[in-house]
Parts: sequence; structure tokens; C-alpha cells
Amino acid sequence: MEFLTTFASLFSNFGNLTWQMVVMWAVGGLLIYLAIAKQMEPSLLLPMGFGAILVNLPLSGAITQGETVGPITELFRAGMSNELFPLLLFIGIGAMIDFGPLLEKPWLMFFGAAAQFGIFFTLFAAGFVFELNDAASIAVIGAADGPTAIFVANVLGSKYLGAIMVAAYSYMALVPIVQPPVIRLVTTRKERLIRMPYEKGHVSRLTRILFPIVVTVIAGLVAPASVALVGFLMFGNLLRECGVLNALSETAQNVLTNLITIVLGLTVAGQMTADQFVRPDTLLILALGLVAFVFDTIGGVLFAKLLNLFLPEGKKLNPMIGAAGISAFPMSGRVVNKMGLEEDNQNFLLMYSISVNVSGQIASVIAGGLLLTLLGA
Amino acid sequence: MLHLLSWETTLPILLIGMLGIFLVIGVIVLAVTLLGKFTK
Repeated sequence: MEFLTTFASLFSNFGNLTWQMVVMWAVGGLLIYLAIAKQMEPSLLLPMGFGAILVNLPLSGAITQGETVGPITELFRAGMSNELFPLLLFIGIGAMIDFGPLLEKPWLMFFGAAAQFGIFFTLFAAGFVFELNDAASIAVIGAADGPTAIFVANVLGSKYLGAIMVAAYSYMALVPIVQPPVIRLVTTRKERLIRMPYEKGHVSRLTRILFPIVVTVIAGLVAPASVALVGFLMFGNLLRECGVLNALSETAQNVLTNLITIVLGLTVAGQMTADQFVRPDTLLILALGLVAFVFDTIGGVLFAKLLNLFLPEGKKLNPMIGAAGISAFPMSGRVVNKMGLEEDNQNFLLMYSISVNVSGQIASVIAGGLLLTLLGA
Repeated sequence: MLHLLSWETTLPILLIGMLGIFLVIGVIVLAVTLLGKFTK
């Protein structure tokens, strides 16, 4: 009898299982499926999916339970609550980006600015339902940039970090599905057929080296809250462009980025516990994330159409390049190029769309910093 | 709970935010253009 009691005690934890936890296992399974079968942002969705299952086991030892400290909770305290992980990731991202094509045609950066409209519009919409700090954190899903979304949500102390991360990375992976119908909705076929011949320019090495320093100083002066984000991104880029630190640049691009990505996904999953995630708010956040991406796209395209009103025939812009101003790099740039080729197989927009896409990286970080500054964070 | 008066806060942020980002990017574009000219 005692044997049976001892044996039964092995399964006593089943009694702590809730249906919300099972829902989270399904969410975790879905994220793993999307990562492996659909190859949607696998480096983040897979750790997040596995982590979602890990932290939603009853009395999971992976997260803090009462007095017992869990490793994922500790990782969050060490690397997320102080924004360290997203910032370190930014060094790697900065080292990966070649700003050369953008420096040849710096005016393309304005499209990056226009395509941040979705962030501010979503703040306006989310403000009716959520507290201001949560609304701003949700709005930054429109930055289409995971580290910026994590950074802003953390600084603003949002309780929806898990849902925000899932939305941000899911929509980034879904850019090829989300953007084309929106672009078609706000452009005519005639506009999509506009060709933009590309003339290669020259960018000096000195310009490439000074660019990250200049951007850091300007962004830091106007939006001091963004200086950590911009500074780490630009530091990574300086490592790449200085020409004397190739080993560090390659380490930042590969080893550092991979290491941080592994712990980042798991740590974010620590915020995906059933009690925080399985609630109606999550669905609303996913919907608002979509609104942010849609209005980013519309903002970029309409800005190009506005410029076309003042440009002479033969110099007009293909408004689709404006849509690449969101930060989802390089998916958005490729989507625009593909759409151009679908309309006319000789219409190559790639150099423009990728340049605009790169400018979105800078603009989204600045937008996040401006938001923090305007909210007095 | 709906925050029906939130627009009084969020609308100015929308307008100032968009203006701000164009200004910051504008200064960066100007600086990069000048850099390009001086370092040719």
C-alpha cells in the first residue's frame, strides 16, 4: 500500500496542470512548427517555442517558484530587465549591415522615417484600450525590430512583453504575406510599373567610418533615450567599417549574435507563462501588431506618392519602395523587388528597396528612442 | 476599461513623433551628404 502511495506521489504534479498551460504547450508547439517547417525566424521562434513549453509545466523549476530561484527568471533579471541582451544583439546587427548603398543615396533615409507611421498610429489606437506605457510598448511592434521592441517594452515596464515579442517576430516573418496586399491596395498598376534605373555612386572609406559616429551623436542629442540603442547598433557598424578589427566584427556578427539569440529566445519565453499570456489582451495585442505593420507600409508608400506629386515625369519614384522602410531586413526589401518583377520582369528595384530597408533599421531605433523621450521614460 | 480621452495625449505624440523622426533623419541626411562632399 505504501508502495502504491509513493508511486502515486510521482504523478501528484498532474493536479497542478491547468488548461491554460496546455494552451501554452500548443502555442509553443506552433512556434516550433513555424520555425522548423516554415523556417519563419527559426533562430528566435524555436527557443521561444521550447521555452513556452518549459515554463508552462506545473511548478516548472525553470522559473522562480516561491523562494527557489529558476534559471530563466534569473536570466531575465540579468539580461533583460537591464536591456543588456537586446543591446548586445544590436552590436551584432550593426556589424552585419552594409550601409554603403544607403550612403550613396542618403535621401532614401526619409522613407525609413515615413514607414514608422504605424508605430505612432498604433499608439494612438492602442491608447484607447491600454495604459499609455503598455500602448507604447505594443506600438513598437511596428518597429519590426525585435531588440527595439524588447528594449522599449522593458524600459516602459510593460507587462505584455511575451505577447509583444511573439507578435513582433511573427509579423517580421510574415512580411511576405502581410505587405503585398497592402501595397496593392494603395498603389495603381501604373505606379507599380514605374522603373527606377540605378546608378552606382561612390562612398569614401572615411564617410563609412564617420557615419556611425555622426548618427550616434545626432540621435543622442535629439533623443537621449535612444542613445543606447543607436549607439550599440552603430558601434557594431564601426567595428565592421573601421577595417582594422575584422576578427571582432566577425565575432560580433556570428558568435555574439548566436549566443545572445539562444538565451534571448528562452528568456522571452519566461514571460510567456499561462497566467500572463492566455488572456483576451493577447489577441488584441496580436491584432494591434498587425495594424502597426499595415500602417507602416501605408506610411512609406504614401510618402513616395506624395513626393511623386512634385517630381517631373521620368524622375518619378516607384511608390512600392516606400513599403521597404519598415525595419524587417531583408524580407521587406526583397518583397518589394519581387513585386516589381511580377509586374514587369525588367523592373529591378532591389538596390533601392534594400537601401530603404536598411534605413528602416536606423529609423525604427530612433522612433523607439523618440517614443521613450516623449513619454518621459 | 476604455480610455476615451487618451487621444489628448497620444495624438500630440503621433504628430510630434513623426515630425521628430523626419527632423532627426533630415539632419542625418544633411550630415551624410556633407560628409560625402567633403571626403570625395
